[in-house]
Amino acid sequence: MLCDLPAHELTRLLKARQVSALEILEDSLKRIDQVDGRPGTLTPGEITAEDQCKVHAFITLTAERARAQAQAVDDKIAAGEDPGALAGAPVTIKDIFTVAGVPSTAASRILANFIAPYSATPVVRMEQAGALVLGKVNLDEFTYGSSTESSAFQPSTRNPWNTERVPGGSSGGSAAAVAAGEGALSLGTDTAGSIRQPAAFCGVVGMKPTYGRVSRYGLIAFGSSLDCPGPLARNVRDAAQMLQVIAGRDRRDSTSANRPVEDYLAGLEGGVKGLRIGLSPDYFRITFPDPANGEYIQQPLPQEIEAAVLRAAQVYASLGAEIVEDVPMPNTRYGIPAYFVISRVEAASNLHRYDGVKYGYRTPKPQTDLRQLYRASRAEGFGRQPKLRILMGMYVSAAQYSAQYYQRALRVRTLIRSDFEQAFDSANPRRIDLLLTPTTPTTAFPMGAVYGDSVLMQYADQLTVPANHAGTPGLSIPAGLAADGLPLGIQLLGADFSEALLLRAARAYEAATASQPSEGYKKK
Amino acid sequence: MPYQVVIGLEVHAELQTRSKMFCACAVVDPTQAAPNTAVCPICLGMPGVLPVVNQAAVELALRVALALDCQVAASSLFARKNYFYPDLPKGYQISQYEQPLAVNGRLPILTSQGERIVRIRRVHLEEDTGKLTHIQRGAESYSLVDLNRAGIPLLEEVSEPDLRSVEDARTYAEGLRALLRRVGASSGDMEKGAIRFEANVSLRPAGSDELGTRVEIKNLNSFRAMESAIRDQVARQSATLDAGGQVQQETLGWDDLNNTTFSQRSKEEAHDYRYFPEPDLPPLAVDDVWQARVRAALPELPHAQLQRFMTQYDLPETDARLLTEDAATAAYFDHLAAPQHGIAPRAAANWLLGEVFAWLNQTGGGMGSLPLTPAGLAELVRLQEDGTVNLPTAKRVLASMLESGRGAGEIIAQEGLSQVSDGELIAGLVHQVLDEHSHELAAYLSGKDTLVNWFFGQVMRLAGGKANPAVVRQELERQLHSKKA
Ligand SMILES: [Zn+2]
Repeated sequence: MLCDLPAHELTRLLKARQVSALEILEDSLKRIDQVDGRPGTLTPGEITAEDQCKVHAFITLTAERARAQAQAVDDKIAAGEDPGALAGAPVTIKDIFTVAGVPSTAASRILANFIAPYSATPVVRMEQAGALVLGKVNLDEFTYGSSTESSAFQPSTRNPWNTERVPGGSSGGSAAAVAAGEGALSLGTDTAGSIRQPAAFCGVVGMKPTYGRVSRYGLIAFGSSLDCPGPLARNVRDAAQMLQVIAGRDRRDSTSANRPVEDYLAGLEGGVKGLRIGLSPDYFRITFPDPANGEYIQQPLPQEIEAAVLRAAQVYASLGAEIVEDVPMPNTRYGIPAYFVISRVEAASNLHRYDGVKYGYRTPKPQTDLRQLYRASRAEGFGRQPKLRILMGMYVSAAQYSAQYYQRALRVRTLIRSDFEQAFDSANPRRIDLLLTPTTPTTAFPMGAVYGDSVLMQYADQLTVPANHAGTPGLSIPAGLAADGLPLGIQLLGADFSEALLLRAARAYEAATASQPSEGYKKK
Repeated sequence: MPYQVVIGLEVHAELQTRSKMFCACAVVDPTQAAPNTAVCPICLGMPGVLPVVNQAAVELALRVALALDCQVAASSLFARKNYFYPDLPKGYQISQYEQPLAVNGRLPILTSQGERIVRIRRVHLEEDTGKLTHIQRGAESYSLVDLNRAGIPLLEEVSEPDLRSVEDARTYAEGLRALLRRVGASSGDMEKGAIRFEANVSLRPAGSDELGTRVEIKNLNSFRAMESAIRDQVARQSATLDAGGQVQQETLGWDDLNNTTFSQRSKEEAHDYRYFPEPDLPPLAVDDVWQARVRAALPELPHAQLQRFMTQYDLPETDARLLTEDAATAAYFDHLAAPQHGIAPRAAANWLLGEVFAWLNQTGGGMGSLPLTPAGLAELVRLQEDGTVNLPTAKRVLASMLESGRGAGEIIAQEGLSQVSDGELIAGLVHQVLDEHSHELAAYLSGKDTLVNWFFGQVMRLAGGKANPAVVRQELERQLHSKKA
């Protein structure tokens, strides 16, 4: 089916007038109809056996809007005009971005009825480039989670590889939609790994760009200093093409980077010859608190996860890259605790505006007092995850604790950043161009297995969150299947604004492994 | 026990930019515009939108900071001040907290105790909140929210506790307002709430160096409210201390209608605003080039100008204050009293503050509406000073000048208003008056001295007001004296 083709191939066929945008769209809608099942709602009733074998990526399907876009693309082509770099590409948008005139729910009851009069900048750019926006896809409520299960809109998304498993999160709907061929591309967000982790769980490519490379305007904020919009796609070229379209300075986002966007496609096939690719022992273990007593436990990663990374290292070595072992990234282990504090302080503040007064959910029960109105609206409107984040965020930013937690977390963040700076420092004789790591400590876990334990859920992000602290880019690419039949992801991390290099290296691996599996890299 | 009053003032001034602090919405007159017409997703605090700093506001803030002789930070930070209230759409106010735009400034003030320096602790940028109107209609009560004001740039100037009296506070506040207006940063329009005050007041035993427990009074929207609130607080605190009590640290609001304070919160319930750096805005950078450019373009500041007017023109303080209140008047006076016009500065000041101000008051216009150049007014002053016309005539000539736009010399020549100083002519007029009023002359000679003024008036009338009054008075006295003899 057309919907299984790469986006760049669809655009090529379209420009060659071999297919029309409307044909592509109808194919995608057919696929959605086949696999997605009912969309998430606030009143799901019972989750049926039928529900349990569907993907449920969508919250809002915007078929009519997409038809108008497809018609406009077809008209442009008929008129001999350039239909844009993403022309005819069926795309989905994580429902944390605003799209003008379409509900923007953040997967929360409190915004269930909110329709923004403005579109997020990356959405505008994709639409201007001719993309067909199929709809808004599910996520953890306000992006707070790593499994999409915390969405107020149920049934929540399931992993297309195995619907008993979670798709990851928070961009779970995005990754699942891409993996299931419902949309070739998806716009996600990554605050601690929310693009890369679901990409790994669903066997797709997911990229977190450098902080500021893609505008956050219209992204409903979680941890504003960490949030990065980015692409999810089925192949590296599509991810590169999508990033090319959405990247760049936006005057409406003062934190967007004011530097030219590189050409991510020009050097894509350039290979990795001569590149120094690092492996770090700090990315082959995880540290987490023992649920029984809170003591920290250090644990090596499952063997097959490590093996996938070593296989990739071997591929790179055979392609002419130099593998640098034992790159020290000593502050990796502090990533989660620091993230825990910083993201919650920012989240609690970002959630202040949802007070039931101006828009969004307001308690239907009459209230006589302003404070009561706030309390009731927020108590009824927010789910458990936002409430936990508000409580923790308020606590650690309180005047008497701020120095102990928030200020300290910011210092830890600086340390994590310095790990990256040293690793990529051209003055360092052991400097590397890229760091190769696993994306996640596990493959996709069963639905319900970790949900509810928000601390443990955090540790799913341990290998991805350092790049968010550092503000540096990273991507996850599929690296085969684990014994449980689920996809494995490997992660490439680079220096600030090294997106072109990351994509080139990812493409080299993708091209080299497309046909045959390779032998593992033998550690020296 | 005698106490020393210690006051620190926080002044919040709306900056007169065209658009708001963090969005493109127009800044509108809150007393004119319909509610919620100058709003957008950003100042309404909608999800996903982001603030963008208005560089024009930074420029105005810089002018103030440099005029106050502050150290300007090369890089300052915006922070979030978190609290819930319906006038605050985001649930936090973007303000500057730990690293403000500028610190360590000074504002000289001239009080009855002489010149004083008030230290400025910090100057920082923030955004205004919306406006709530509480409605009580019978049993029903509700609040209306107008967000036109939300996001208007505010500049906060925080003084050190260097003020020692209500007079100090008033003089400082007026001086700061004059400075804000002079550098073009704020309209200073108190009626429209463009300037608001918060006062910290404490008392300590005279001679002590330690600061007493302070009470903070918020929402002071006029000089009068500020003065009343401080006076009220000084009275309360001294009564408490005299009775052996302790002043409680608290925050009070000012009730303008009832001229009294009400408790907003005590120390125990003090807000924790959970400040943290605003992640949506990069640090605000102000480089040396920008600073230098703004500094070079600063006008003469009100205090320096006041001092100069008092010394250069030898004017009394009250006159100098009036003349330096706004830039246009001061500039007009500088031209008027310029040496090439050859008139005495005091005379120039009298004319400007007297006749010209009266006319402006009557017409309700500002200096800009005055149809009279400094050179034109100087000509009239000169013609009066050199005796060409007498004072009453000169005033009539001025009225005619303002009405017709013609020059003083031209009016005097055309209407034959030149003053008569010819002794012989005046002697004849005096003679004629005494002759024609023998009755009154007799009364005078029998001791009714006050009739001198009446005779004077008759002579002036006979002369059509043009006679030199000094010559008339002299001649009248000479002739009366000879009658007495
Ligand atoms: Zn606005």
